[in-house]
Amino acid sequence: MCSYIVEKAKLLGSAKGPNGWMRIDTANVYYDHPFHAPLDHALGIDFICEADGGRDRVAVELSAASARELVAKILAALANGEIEHGKAQHAAPAAAE
Amino acid sequence: MTYESMLAETVAFRGHRGDIGEAYYARPLGAPLPGVVLIHHMPGWDEWIKEATRKLAHHGFATMAPHLYFREGPGSPDDVGARVRAAGGVADEQVLGDVAGAMEFLRAQPYANGKVGVIGFCSGGRHTYLAACSLDGIDAAVDCWGGNVIVDDPKQLNAKRPVAPIDLTAKLRCPLLGLFGNDDENPNRDQVDRTEAVLKQLGKTYEFYRYDGAGHAFFNAARPAYRPEQALAGWNKVFSFFHKHLAAAAAARAA
Repeated sequence: MCSYIVEKAKLLGSAKGPNGWMRIDTANVYYDHPFHAPLDHALGIDFICEADGGRDRVAVELSAASARELVAKILAALANGEIEHGKAQHAAPAAAE
Repeated sequence: MTYESMLAETVAFRGHRGDIGEAYYARPLGAPLPGVVLIHHMPGWDEWIKEATRKLAHHGFATMAPHLYFREGPGSPDDVGARVRAAGGVADEQVLGDVAGAMEFLRAQPYANGKVGVIGFCSGGRHTYLAACSLDGIDAAVDCWGGNVIVDDPKQLNAKRPVAPIDLTAKLRCPLLGLFGNDDENPNRDQVDRTEAVLKQLGKTYEFYRYDGAGHAFFNAARPAYRPEQALAGWNKVFSFFHKHLAAAAAARAA
Protein backbone atom coordinates (compact mmCIF):
# COMPACT_ATOMS: atom_id res chain seq x y z
CA MET A 1 0.00 0.00 0.00
CA CYS A 2 1.01 3.61 -0.22
CA SER A 3 1.41 4.10 3.49
CA TYR A 4 3.64 7.16 3.98
CA ILE A 5 4.77 5.43 7.19
CA VAL A 6 8.46 5.95 7.82
CA GLU A 7 10.39 4.81 10.86
CA LYS A 8 13.42 6.95 11.61
CA ALA A 9 16.52 5.54 13.27
CA LYS A 10 19.16 7.92 14.59
CA LEU A 11 22.61 6.70 13.63
CA LEU A 12 26.24 7.51 13.88
CA GLY A 13 28.32 6.22 11.02
CA SER A 14 29.17 6.51 7.36
CA ALA A 15 27.86 5.14 4.10
CA LYS A 16 29.44 4.91 0.68
CA GLY A 17 27.52 5.85 -2.42
CA PRO A 18 28.31 6.90 -6.00
CA ASN A 19 30.04 10.07 -4.75
CA GLY A 20 32.17 8.30 -2.17
CA TRP A 21 31.87 8.22 1.57
CA MET A 22 29.51 10.43 3.51
CA ARG A 23 28.60 10.69 7.15
CA ILE A 24 25.09 9.55 8.02
CA ASP A 25 22.90 10.34 10.99
CA THR A 26 19.54 8.84 10.02
CA ALA A 27 18.02 5.73 8.49
CA ASN A 28 14.53 6.14 7.05
CA VAL A 29 12.95 2.70 7.17
CA TYR A 30 9.70 1.76 5.45
CA TYR A 31 7.80 -1.17 3.99
CA ASP A 32 6.06 -0.16 0.80
CA HIS A 33 6.21 -0.38 -2.99
CA PRO A 34 9.83 -0.41 -4.11
CA PHE A 35 11.25 1.66 -6.93
CA HIS A 36 13.62 -0.94 -8.33
CA ALA A 37 13.35 -4.35 -6.63
CA PRO A 38 11.04 -6.76 -8.48
CA LEU A 39 8.71 -7.05 -5.48
CA ASP A 40 5.21 -5.84 -4.66
CA HIS A 41 6.43 -4.57 -1.31
CA ALA A 42 9.93 -4.12 -0.03
CA LEU A 43 11.66 -3.06 3.15
CA GLY A 44 13.40 0.13 2.17
CA ILE A 45 16.20 1.79 4.05
CA ASP A 46 17.53 5.20 3.07
CA PHE A 47 20.73 6.13 4.86
CA ILE A 48 20.99 9.91 4.88
CA CYS A 49 22.55 12.77 6.80
CA GLU A 50 19.82 15.14 7.91
CA ALA A 51 22.44 17.45 9.37
CA ASP A 52 23.85 17.92 5.86
CA GLY A 53 20.43 18.47 4.32
CA GLY A 54 19.43 14.86 3.75
CA ARG A 55 19.46 15.08 -0.02
CA ASP A 56 21.97 12.31 -0.75
CA ARG A 57 21.20 8.76 0.25
CA VAL A 58 22.45 5.24 0.16
CA ALA A 59 19.43 3.06 -0.39
CA VAL A 60 18.46 -0.59 -0.27
CA GLU A 61 15.19 -2.35 -1.08
CA LEU A 62 14.89 -5.82 0.43
CA SER A 63 12.28 -8.54 0.51
CA ALA A 64 10.64 -8.98 3.91
CA ALA A 65 12.42 -12.31 4.40
CA SER A 66 15.75 -10.76 3.41
CA ALA A 67 15.23 -7.89 5.82
CA ARG A 68 14.54 -10.27 8.69
CA GLU A 69 17.59 -12.30 7.74
CA LEU A 70 19.65 -9.11 7.71
CA VAL A 71 18.37 -8.09 11.15
CA ALA A 72 19.34 -11.49 12.53
CA LYS A 73 22.77 -11.34 10.91
CA ILE A 74 23.41 -7.82 12.18
CA LEU A 75 22.63 -8.93 15.70
CA ALA A 76 24.72 -12.07 15.28
CA ALA A 77 27.66 -10.12 13.88
CA LEU A 78 27.47 -7.65 16.74
CA ALA A 79 27.29 -10.40 19.31
CA ASN A 80 30.20 -12.30 17.84
CA GLY A 81 32.24 -9.17 17.29
CA GLU A 82 31.72 -7.90 20.78
CA ILE A 83 32.82 -11.24 22.19
CA GLU A 84 35.89 -11.14 19.97
CA HIS A 85 36.86 -7.51 20.39
CA GLY A 86 35.27 -6.54 23.67
CA LYS A 87 32.45 -4.04 24.17
CA ALA A 88 34.63 -1.39 25.74
CA GLN A 89 36.31 -0.46 22.47
CA HIS A 90 32.96 0.35 20.89
CA ALA A 91 31.38 2.24 23.72
CA ALA A 92 32.43 5.73 22.66
CA PRO A 93 31.88 6.14 18.90
CA ALA A 94 32.05 9.93 19.12
CA ALA A 95 35.75 9.66 19.88
CA ALA A 96 36.38 8.97 16.21
CA GLU A 97 35.17 12.44 15.18
CA MET B 1 -0.34 0.09 -44.22
CA THR B 2 -1.34 2.41 -41.42
CA TYR B 3 1.27 4.97 -40.52
CA GLU B 4 1.83 5.29 -36.76
CA SER B 5 3.83 7.96 -35.01
CA MET B 6 4.29 9.22 -31.51
CA LEU B 7 6.25 11.98 -29.82
CA ALA B 8 7.33 11.35 -26.23
CA GLU B 9 9.40 13.91 -24.36
CA THR B 10 9.97 15.80 -21.15
CA VAL B 11 8.19 19.15 -21.08
CA ALA B 12 7.86 22.00 -18.62
CA PHE B 13 4.48 22.92 -17.21
CA ARG B 14 3.15 25.45 -14.76
CA GLY B 15 1.81 23.73 -11.65
CA HIS B 16 0.50 24.71 -8.25
CA ARG B 17 1.04 28.41 -7.46
CA GLY B 18 2.74 28.87 -10.80
CA ASP B 19 5.72 26.65 -9.98
CA ILE B 20 7.46 25.40 -13.11
CA GLY B 21 7.75 21.62 -13.10
CA GLU B 22 8.62 18.80 -15.42
CA ALA B 23 6.27 16.30 -16.98
CA TYR B 24 6.54 13.34 -19.30
CA TYR B 25 4.37 13.95 -22.30
CA ALA B 26 3.47 11.52 -25.07
CA ARG B 27 1.10 12.07 -27.96
CA PRO B 28 0.33 10.57 -31.30
CA LEU B 29 0.98 12.94 -34.17
CA GLY B 30 -2.27 14.19 -35.58
CA ALA B 31 -5.35 16.07 -34.49
CA PRO B 32 -7.73 16.57 -32.87
CA LEU B 33 -6.61 14.82 -29.71
CA PRO B 34 -8.25 14.37 -26.33
CA GLY B 35 -5.93 14.91 -23.38
CA VAL B 36 -5.24 12.78 -20.33
CA VAL B 37 -3.39 13.66 -17.15
CA LEU B 38 -1.74 10.60 -15.67
CA ILE B 39 -1.05 10.82 -11.93
CA HIS B 40 1.86 8.66 -10.85
CA HIS B 41 1.94 6.26 -7.94
CA MET B 42 3.78 6.84 -4.71
CA PRO B 43 7.15 5.36 -5.75
CA GLY B 44 7.23 8.23 -8.16
CA TRP B 45 7.85 9.13 -11.74
CA ASP B 46 9.31 5.81 -12.75
CA GLU B 47 9.76 3.79 -15.92
CA TRP B 48 6.41 2.07 -15.65
CA ILE B 49 4.59 5.39 -15.34
CA LYS B 50 6.29 6.55 -18.53
CA GLU B 51 5.36 3.29 -20.25
CA ALA B 52 1.74 3.79 -19.23
CA THR B 53 1.90 7.36 -20.57
CA ARG B 54 3.09 6.09 -23.95
CA LYS B 55 0.45 3.35 -23.89
CA LEU B 56 -2.32 5.92 -23.60
CA ALA B 57 -0.71 7.95 -26.38
CA HIS B 58 -0.62 4.82 -28.53
CA HIS B 59 -4.38 4.61 -28.05
CA GLY B 60 -4.96 8.17 -29.20
CA PHE B 61 -4.60 10.40 -26.15
CA ALA B 62 -2.19 13.27 -25.63
CA THR B 63 -1.05 12.14 -22.20
CA MET B 64 0.89 14.10 -19.63
CA ALA B 65 2.38 12.61 -16.46
CA PRO B 66 3.47 15.51 -14.25
CA HIS B 67 6.32 14.78 -11.89
CA LEU B 68 4.56 15.53 -8.63
CA TYR B 69 7.83 15.48 -6.70
CA PHE B 70 9.73 17.97 -8.87
CA ARG B 71 10.01 20.49 -6.08
CA GLU B 72 12.34 18.13 -4.19
CA GLY B 73 14.71 18.00 -7.13
CA PRO B 74 17.09 18.05 -8.75
CA GLY B 75 17.87 14.38 -8.55
CA SER B 76 16.87 11.06 -9.96
CA PRO B 77 13.15 10.26 -9.59
CA ASP B 78 13.86 7.59 -6.96
CA ASP B 79 16.02 9.87 -4.82
CA VAL B 80 13.50 12.68 -5.13
CA GLY B 81 10.74 10.23 -4.20
CA ALA B 82 12.68 9.18 -1.11
CA ARG B 83 12.87 12.80 0.03
CA VAL B 84 9.13 13.18 -0.45
CA ARG B 85 8.43 9.99 1.48
CA ALA B 86 10.63 11.13 4.36
CA ALA B 87 8.67 14.39 4.42
CA GLY B 88 5.35 12.54 4.66
CA GLY B 89 4.28 12.72 1.03
CA VAL B 90 2.96 15.59 -1.05
CA ALA B 91 0.07 17.79 0.04
CA ASP B 92 -3.29 17.19 -1.63
CA GLU B 93 -3.67 20.89 -2.37
CA GLN B 94 -0.34 20.93 -4.20
CA VAL B 95 -1.22 17.83 -6.23
CA LEU B 96 -4.53 19.36 -7.26
CA GLY B 97 -2.73 22.52 -8.35
CA ASP B 98 -0.28 20.49 -10.40
CA VAL B 99 -3.07 18.45 -12.02
CA ALA B 100 -4.94 21.66 -12.86
CA GLY B 101 -1.76 23.02 -14.43
CA ALA B 102 -1.28 19.87 -16.51
CA MET B 103 -4.90 20.10 -17.70
CA GLU B 104 -4.32 23.70 -18.72
CA PHE B 105 -1.23 22.67 -20.68
CA LEU B 106 -3.20 19.99 -22.54
CA ARG B 107 -6.09 22.28 -23.41
CA ALA B 108 -3.69 24.94 -24.69
CA GLN B 109 -2.24 22.74 -27.41
CA PRO B 110 -3.37 23.59 -30.93
CA TYR B 111 -4.30 19.98 -31.64
CA ALA B 112 -6.40 19.55 -28.45
CA ASN B 113 -10.02 18.56 -28.88
CA GLY B 114 -10.96 20.33 -25.65
CA LYS B 115 -11.63 17.23 -23.58
CA VAL B 116 -9.39 16.14 -20.72
CA GLY B 117 -9.47 13.02 -18.60
CA VAL B 118 -7.49 12.09 -15.50
CA ILE B 119 -6.17 8.67 -14.55
CA GLY B 120 -4.12 7.67 -11.53
CA PHE B 121 -2.60 4.59 -10.02
CA CYS B 122 -2.27 3.64 -6.36
CA SER B 123 -1.87 6.94 -4.45
CA GLY B 124 -2.53 8.56 -7.82
CA GLY B 125 -5.88 6.77 -7.87
CA ARG B 126 -6.76 8.51 -4.65
CA HIS B 127 -5.53 11.80 -6.13
CA THR B 128 -7.73 11.15 -9.16
CA TYR B 129 -10.81 10.66 -7.00
CA LEU B 130 -9.92 13.85 -5.16
CA ALA B 131 -9.40 15.78 -8.39
CA ALA B 132 -12.66 14.53 -9.87
CA CYS B 133 -14.46 15.91 -6.80
CA SER B 134 -12.48 19.15 -6.60
CA LEU B 135 -11.45 20.48 -10.02
CA ASP B 136 -13.54 21.95 -12.78
CA GLY B 137 -12.96 20.81 -16.35
CA ILE B 138 -12.35 17.07 -15.93
CA ASP B 139 -14.44 15.17 -18.46
CA ALA B 140 -13.72 11.64 -17.21
CA ALA B 141 -11.72 10.16 -14.35
CA VAL B 142 -10.18 6.71 -13.84
CA ASP B 143 -9.23 5.58 -10.35
CA CYS B 144 -6.97 2.54 -10.51
CA TRP B 145 -6.93 0.93 -7.05
CA GLY B 146 -6.56 4.18 -5.16
CA GLY B 147 -6.13 3.44 -1.47
CA ASN B 148 -7.36 5.62 1.38
CA VAL B 149 -10.32 7.04 -0.54
CA ILE B 150 -12.15 5.81 2.51
CA VAL B 151 -10.26 6.67 5.67
CA ASP B 152 -11.10 4.23 8.45
CA ASP B 153 -8.36 5.47 10.76
CA PRO B 154 -8.73 9.22 11.46
CA LYS B 155 -5.03 9.33 12.33
CA GLN B 156 -4.33 9.09 8.60
CA LEU B 157 -5.74 12.58 8.16
CA ASN B 158 -3.20 15.37 8.61
CA ALA B 159 -2.27 18.78 7.28
CA LYS B 160 -1.20 17.35 3.92
CA ARG B 161 -4.19 15.06 3.56
CA PRO B 162 -6.90 16.82 5.59
CA VAL B 163 -10.00 15.28 4.00
CA ALA B 164 -11.08 11.74 3.18
CA PRO B 165 -11.88 11.82 -0.56
CA ILE B 166 -15.06 9.81 0.00
CA ASP B 167 -16.46 12.76 1.94
CA LEU B 168 -16.26 14.90 -1.20
CA THR B 169 -18.24 12.50 -3.38
CA ALA B 170 -21.28 14.78 -3.52
CA LYS B 171 -19.09 17.18 -5.53
CA LEU B 172 -18.01 14.57 -8.08
CA ARG B 173 -18.60 16.28 -11.40
CA CYS B 174 -17.56 13.79 -14.07
CA PRO B 175 -18.02 10.11 -14.94
CA LEU B 176 -15.78 7.86 -12.86
CA LEU B 177 -14.27 4.50 -13.78
CA GLY B 178 -12.83 2.40 -10.96
CA LEU B 179 -10.64 -0.69 -11.39
CA PHE B 180 -9.81 -2.88 -8.41
CA GLY B 181 -8.21 -6.22 -7.61
CA ASN B 182 -10.26 -8.35 -5.30
CA ASP B 183 -7.13 -9.44 -3.42
CA ASP B 184 -6.05 -5.87 -2.74
CA GLU B 185 -5.73 -4.82 0.90
CA ASN B 186 -5.85 -1.08 0.26
CA PRO B 187 -8.50 -0.59 -0.96
CA ASN B 188 -9.96 -3.87 0.21
CA ARG B 189 -13.24 -5.30 -1.06
CA ASP B 190 -15.25 -3.80 1.78
CA GLN B 191 -13.86 -0.32 1.10
CA VAL B 192 -14.62 -0.63 -2.61
CA ASP B 193 -18.15 -1.76 -1.73
CA ARG B 194 -18.61 1.24 0.54
CA THR B 195 -17.25 3.65 -2.07
CA GLU B 196 -19.62 2.24 -4.66
CA ALA B 197 -22.54 2.49 -2.23
CA VAL B 198 -21.87 6.21 -1.74
CA LEU B 199 -21.61 6.80 -5.49
CA LYS B 200 -24.84 4.94 -6.06
CA GLN B 201 -26.66 6.71 -3.25
CA LEU B 202 -25.65 10.10 -4.64
CA GLY B 203 -26.69 9.17 -8.17
CA LYS B 204 -23.22 9.60 -9.67
CA THR B 205 -22.19 8.27 -13.07
CA TYR B 206 -19.64 5.55 -12.45
CA GLU B 207 -18.44 2.14 -13.58
CA PHE B 208 -16.60 -0.18 -11.18
CA TYR B 209 -14.85 -3.35 -12.29
CA ARG B 210 -13.27 -5.79 -9.86
CA TYR B 211 -10.90 -8.56 -10.84
CA ASP B 212 -10.52 -11.94 -9.19
CA GLY B 213 -7.01 -13.25 -8.86
CA ALA B 214 -5.58 -9.75 -8.83
CA GLY B 215 -4.34 -7.56 -6.03
CA HIS B 216 -2.83 -4.09 -5.91
CA ALA B 217 -1.09 -2.70 -9.00
CA PHE B 218 -1.95 -5.62 -11.25
CA PHE B 219 -1.15 -3.55 -14.38
CA ASN B 220 2.50 -3.21 -13.36
CA ALA B 221 4.58 -5.64 -15.40
CA ALA B 222 7.65 -4.79 -13.31
CA ARG B 223 6.19 -6.45 -10.23
CA PRO B 224 5.00 -9.91 -9.21
CA ALA B 225 1.52 -8.37 -8.81
CA TYR B 226 1.22 -8.22 -12.61
CA ARG B 227 -1.74 -10.20 -13.90
CA PRO B 228 -1.66 -10.14 -17.70
CA GLU B 229 -5.21 -11.31 -18.30
CA GLN B 230 -6.78 -8.91 -15.80
CA ALA B 231 -4.49 -6.09 -16.90
CA LEU B 232 -5.49 -6.52 -20.53
CA ALA B 233 -9.17 -6.46 -19.57
CA GLY B 234 -8.64 -3.43 -17.35
CA TRP B 235 -6.71 -1.43 -19.93
CA ASN B 236 -9.49 -2.09 -22.43
CA LYS B 237 -11.98 -0.64 -19.93
CA VAL B 238 -9.78 2.44 -19.63
CA PHE B 239 -9.53 2.97 -23.38
CA SER B 240 -13.26 2.44 -23.94
CA PHE B 241 -14.16 4.79 -21.12
CA PHE B 242 -11.88 7.56 -22.29
CA HIS B 243 -12.88 7.17 -25.94
CA LYS B 244 -16.52 7.40 -24.90
CA HIS B 245 -16.21 10.45 -22.70
CA LEU B 246 -13.36 12.37 -24.31
CA ALA B 247 -14.33 12.18 -27.95
CA ALA B 248 -17.47 14.32 -27.95
CA ALA B 249 -15.77 17.58 -28.78
CA ALA B 250 -13.94 15.94 -31.65
CA ALA B 251 -17.21 14.64 -33.03
CA ALA B 252 -18.82 18.04 -32.65
CA ARG B 253 -15.92 19.71 -34.43
CA ALA B 254 -16.08 17.23 -37.29
CA ALA B 255 -19.85 17.70 -37.66
